[in-house]
Amino acid sequence: MSTLTAEPAAPASPLAETVRRFRSRHAAWIPVFAALVIFLVMLVGAQAYFGNFLTPRVLSALLLDNAYLLILAVGMTFVILTGGIDLSVGAVMAFTGMLGASLLGQGLPTAVVVPVMVILGAGMGLAVGIMVQFFDVQPFIASLAAMFAARGLAFMVSLSSIKVEDPTILWLQSTRLQGAPGTFYLTPTGIIALLVVLTGILVLQYTRFGRTVYAIGGNEQSARLMGLPVVRTKLLVYVISGVCAGLAGVVFTAYTGAAYPLTGVGTELDTIAAVVIGGTLLSGGSGFVLGSMIGVFVYGTIKTVISFLGAEQSWTRIIIGVILLAFVVMQRLIVTRTGANRR
Amino acid sequence: MKAILKHRLFWPVAALLALIVINTIARPSFLSITVQNGQLYGPMIDILRNSAPLMLVALGMTLVIATRGIDLSVGAIMAVSGAVALTFISGSSDPDGLPTVIIAVLLGVGVALVLGVWNGFLVAVVGIQPIIATLVLMLAGRGVALLITGGFITTINSEPYRFMAQGYVFGLPFAFYVSVVAIVVVALLERRTALGVLTEAVGINPEASRLAGVRSRGIIWGAYAASGLLAGLAGILYSSNIMAADANAAGLYIELDAILAVVLGGTSLMGGKFSLAGTVVGVFTIQTLKSTITFLGVPPAVSPLFLAIVVVIVVLVQSPRTRGHLARALRTLSRDDSKAVAS
Amino acid sequence: MTEAPSAVVEMRDISVVFPGVKALDGVDFTLRAGEVHTLMGENGAGKSTLIKALTGVYAISGGTITVQGRERVFRSTADAQSAGISTVYQEVNLCTNLSVGENVMLGHEVRRFGRIDWRATHREAARHLAALGVDIDTHSALSSHSIALQQLVAISRAMVTDARVLVLDEPTSSLDRGEVEQLFAVVRDLRDRGVAILFVTHFLDQVYEISDRLTVLRNGRLIGEHLAADLPRGELISQMIGRELDELEAISRAAEREVDRTAAPVLRATGIGRKGMLEPVDVEVYDGEVVGIAGLLGSGRTELVRLLYGADRPDTGETEVRGASARITNPRHAIDRRIAFSSEDRRAEGVIGDLTVAENMVLGVQAQRGALRKIGRAEQDAIVAEYMTALGIRPANPNALLRNLSGGNQQKVLLARWLATAPQLLILDEPTRGIDVGAKADIQRKVAELSAQGLAVVFISSELEEVVRISQRIAVMRDRRKISELDAIGIHVDDLVDVIAQESPLIAPETTSSHQKPETTPSHKKPENAA
Repeated sequence: MSTLTAEPAAPASPLAETVRRFRSRHAAWIPVFAALVIFLVMLVGAQAYFGNFLTPRVLSALLLDNAYLLILAVGMTFVILTGGIDLSVGAVMAFTGMLGASLLGQGLPTAVVVPVMVILGAGMGLAVGIMVQFFDVQPFIASLAAMFAARGLAFMVSLSSIKVEDPTILWLQSTRLQGAPGTFYLTPTGIIALLVVLTGILVLQYTRFGRTVYAIGGNEQSARLMGLPVVRTKLLVYVISGVCAGLAGVVFTAYTGAAYPLTGVGTELDTIAAVVIGGTLLSGGSGFVLGSMIGVFVYGTIKTVISFLGAEQSWTRIIIGVILLAFVVMQRLIVTRTGANRR
Repeated sequence: MKAILKHRLFWPVAALLALIVINTIARPSFLSITVQNGQLYGPMIDILRNSAPLMLVALGMTLVIATRGIDLSVGAIMAVSGAVALTFISGSSDPDGLPTVIIAVLLGVGVALVLGVWNGFLVAVVGIQPIIATLVLMLAGRGVALLITGGFITTINSEPYRFMAQGYVFGLPFAFYVSVVAIVVVALLERRTALGVLTEAVGINPEASRLAGVRSRGIIWGAYAASGLLAGLAGILYSSNIMAADANAAGLYIELDAILAVVLGGTSLMGGKFSLAGTVVGVFTIQTLKSTITFLGVPPAVSPLFLAIVVVIVVLVQSPRTRGHLARALRTLSRDDSKAVAS
Repeated sequence: MTEAPSAVVEMRDISVVFPGVKALDGVDFTLRAGEVHTLMGENGAGKSTLIKALTGVYAISGGTITVQGRERVFRSTADAQSAGISTVYQEVNLCTNLSVGENVMLGHEVRRFGRIDWRATHREAARHLAALGVDIDTHSALSSHSIALQQLVAISRAMVTDARVLVLDEPTSSLDRGEVEQLFAVVRDLRDRGVAILFVTHFLDQVYEISDRLTVLRNGRLIGEHLAADLPRGELISQMIGRELDELEAISRAAEREVDRTAAPVLRATGIGRKGMLEPVDVEVYDGEVVGIAGLLGSGRTELVRLLYGADRPDTGETEVRGASARITNPRHAIDRRIAFSSEDRRAEGVIGDLTVAENMVLGVQAQRGALRKIGRAEQDAIVAEYMTALGIRPANPNALLRNLSGGNQQKVLLARWLATAPQLLILDEPTRGIDVGAKADIQRKVAELSAQGLAVVFISSELEEVVRISQRIAVMRDRRKISELDAIGIHVDDLVDVIAQESPLIAPETTSSHQKPETTPSHKKPENAA
């Protein structure tokens, strides 16, 4: 019986072969590389313009000021990989923050409050997942309803902000782990964020659950026919997004030292923008947590540049909007070009 | 009887009637209408007047959703049109004059139309997903509005302008007439001409419509342009109501209210068949709900929670999978995915 | 060896009922180890339903399924898989965004201490692929390989789960001759290893090439089960088609007429092509003529007609309509020239499910008139009534939603949509695919009638019998170019098959055209090539 190989035609030059093989194996990584390049270009450009941009202080702040967004982006990546979307993350972050601050204010210990916040987030995520999976409600509407509910609940806890005096929470933000004065530093919130990123990477890459997530995003019908636990997985991704929202609530409350019911308005859109800029396709099946992290850093860099310029913060959203558009158009051009060849 | 039960509008109208009944029981004054200076007053009249901006936006949203799209930028467009109009008036030499006001309105609505055309271009010509295309304007639009107003809340004193949202004609609020005219114009345009059926065809099966010779591109483009135009008009009404251009607050969350109104009215987010009458009922339902919540003394900030509950109930009832679901759900968790009956 | 191999799967008295339709009625079916058993039947006969019942996609309404002696009830595809039944569908249900190796091992990756060991997983995948003679980079993206290779990957996956039963549903539809050879070699190897194989195809020649046993279904009922050696081709066809044979013969006779080719052709396309899609092709159609386009799937038939209609944009070539130069780069150009096109994928490109039968029917006319001039109620009713009777559409309810009609009736409504626009050229791509036998005959009869009255028609069908039956001229396509054009009058299907196959470099030139009975039991000798 003859052996079937992939390329019966005469191979092109060795270099072209290597490039083709690389592209075939790692096509999904290319948008991530693009994001990384843009990020580095921005950093270099900012340094050239301001002169004092690439300092340990600024770079550390880049991570720590956006730790909450990093956590949210990890959860959102899971959801978008399956082809869904979660619009509730900002509101859930606010709600868990408010509830947590309120409970702390009533004297409950941190060791109880933090798990409660995370479980609350998980619960809201589960509700969205159930609506999507068992009632055929579109993810957009289901998570929209959850967003409304969470926002209202946040205000029900209190109409005004609640200050947090709990020492453990404040410790999360105020402690600096620094090699030597004047070098990079980390706070526990930053460590939490990095741990979440690491967990996300490991789960997506090295567990059957993670691979099922990719399979569903690639072709849900096929995944089902291949015998994969599609229903369970789709439920779980929304739970994960909710857990991340709860964790982000913890981190953000520690960061600001208070809980404010209007926190996170528009944050879901920042999150989606970061994930898309980081190379994840909205249609699902392609993308990496690492890319989302880069997307968050791009967002953070823009914010920092804006503040360096002394301009109004509203410019951040405008620029993010423009970059998002550019990325999506690029994605579209690449897709149409490969699509046209297939027919 | 069965025909009435199965009618598409049954549940939306039933929900609205139920809401009105509950309201009347809680406060008998709900249905009362008093006459002062030949003008009608009362909670119902308030609803007719205050629902105008949402009505306009929701009409446009219905058309966009019918083409299988979505317009997240309507709130931002409202902010921009209000900013443009008010900036013109406040900078003009004759703020009280009718010509000034007319020009201001035309400018505001005109800019909004251009933004709608831009959205349509991205979706119909470039082929970007509607969520992303309009998300960009949603992010950037408010920033633009802020730039136009210079970061301040521009206020004006202009009688003709005030009249639009606060004036009366033949005893009823002028804003209500604006609603009615918009509903009539859109309905005639969609149902008297073939525009409605062709829009539905495009939404249900875009490729089949294209092959059948339907001008899909034009229809989709037109839907977004209409949405922009109507949002611009809504923005004028909103700014007329508070006699100010508040770029941050104008139309905040209105896109979500509009989407909910459309969904409550029975139009599916998947596109295709749409119901303008359903949207009208949906708008009144949401407005009545808001009025109820305010009356109950619930802080407006918490009202999204109740909206979420109503939406979830209606969406679940509308979902064809709700019947006999519990047994299915249990089996589904154990990997059951077969269909006993082909669909 | 004279004893029958042991039965692995026994399906007894299977019934599957959908609202208003009994898709399967008391069907018996047996799969034996080490045997290739082919399921035969026209479109709509119930083959697909039987397979879906076996693989857990549909729940059965009656009857029993026994696998390796144990009675089973399949509530999901996973149930069927755990019973050892693996399926490779025509659309190759794999995840193209993942790598080859991952697709093979998905759900069964090799794990160490709870996390996936990718090195070992890819090694395993390569091992399974090699067992089928496939040697490709397991890290490469699945999407970068041909459909033929993707199918082999799907089969490897079946072997990972140690399937005792392999179901192959129309696996050769997108393959060229060489790829079909390779696939069959793999299938025979698996058979010799004791796997029970259920094969479904509508290519008659392939049936005799690979099958040990045949089962024929018609209209949801079992007609007969035979060893391939015992059932000559002619008998097989008549079992599949049944009494409609006479009606179809009548259509065939009526199509044997001369076409007046003195005036300018309705459409003449010279050098029409598009890079990566179709090599430049010349084609012309005259009034009152049916030009059939024959070839295997992937030969470029659909690509050609889509370019003619402007559904896709041609790179090269010129078009003339009645002698006058015409630029056709999108559907509107074609429609303005009174050219109509019915796509092969009626679900994705034809049926507008949530609109009513009436709305679907007048859509073409409405699109022509533009959005602002709505077709009046009276006119709409007239059009609907006319075509409902002319095409025999059931149920005759204009307000029924199109998605609730059967495939055959949906196709008729789509045909009506185009006929209502009074075209001068009608392009039909696989109009009889996936519909019941009665509707197929209706549509073929109608097309033949219309062309006899002067309509120019371009007709594509995978069922060569149909092409031969109603065409006056046949263009043969292969590998994205036109290789031949034949006069269809008096031609036999086998001759056509000859032409399609003759161009293949892998077939020996002295191959005879008609099938001969093989002399020995099927599992030990390859039957002679049927083409």
